[in-house]
Amino acid sequence: MTERPLSPHLSVYRMYRYSLLSSITNRITGLVLSAGLILLVYWLVAVASGPAAYRSARQVLSLGVLKAVYVLLLAAFSYHLIAGIRHLVWDTGHGLERSQSQRSAWLVGIASMLLLIGLAWWALHAGGNAP
Amino acid sequence: MTSGTNFDDAKRPAGAAEAHDGPGNLRSPLATVLGRGSAKEGVRHWWVQRLTSVALVPLTVWFVVSILSLPSLDHATVTAWLGQLWTAVFLILLVLTAAWHSHLGVRVVVEDYVHGSGMKTLMLALLTFFHVVVAVAGVLAILKVALT
Repeated sequence: MTERPLSPHLSVYRMYRYSLLSSITNRITGLVLSAGLILLVYWLVAVASGPAAYRSARQVLSLGVLKAVYVLLLAAFSYHLIAGIRHLVWDTGHGLERSQSQRSAWLVGIASMLLLIGLAWWALHAGGNAP
Repeated sequence: MTSGTNFDDAKRPAGAAEAHDGPGNLRSPLATVLGRGSAKEGVRHWWVQRLTSVALVPLTVWFVVSILSLPSLDHATVTAWLGQLWTAVFLILLVLTAAWHSHLGVRVVVEDYVHGSGMKTLMLALLTFFHVVVAVAGVLAILKVALT
């Protein structure tokens, strides 16, 4: 094997720049949402299995531990949605300059945080609530 | 081939193969490249990922707003909601599009972080099966409620 050039190690990147952080966060939130898809289908199957099965599934779905999971899912949804829109804007060829992408990374962070707060507030105040 | 590129090894000038092995030359010998080159569908993954993401913006927003707007999540309320034609339509689209988008995304993560071709192939195959099961189960559950 001849010596081939290697791609630079992660340490050469400035991790504290939010721009890189936003990329990995988009991936992680995507994985979280993939797990959320299982939860959604579990819920749908429970609905289809009739009132009795649904009642016992609801007991599982309203476990205290899952409250944290729902908050995590809402957070992942908020972030992945806004960061995804940022990617779609990039695909049109806009906002690719370094300064612009730094700015939009912050914008995504702030906007998704606001969206999360809004959604969490709504979820808490949406009648009785918890599945 | 319409281009002027000469793909025929036999027609290469003598010594061409050796020249490829020299340091600083990143071109692989033809024998290595053949059978491992472009499958001519590299852009498809990217394009379908964009299409599904565009579709998922309204679908997911609709779903979250709908769920949070339901007066309660008891069986009667949920089945009545699912019984509406457009609810079932959008929900089926959501499950299918989300499963597809999820498959594309998770696939890339496995390709990036799972090493060893055996393990990677196994993981990719399992993920494909898993996403198909999730999509079929979701759609069938929606149809069952919507059609009864």
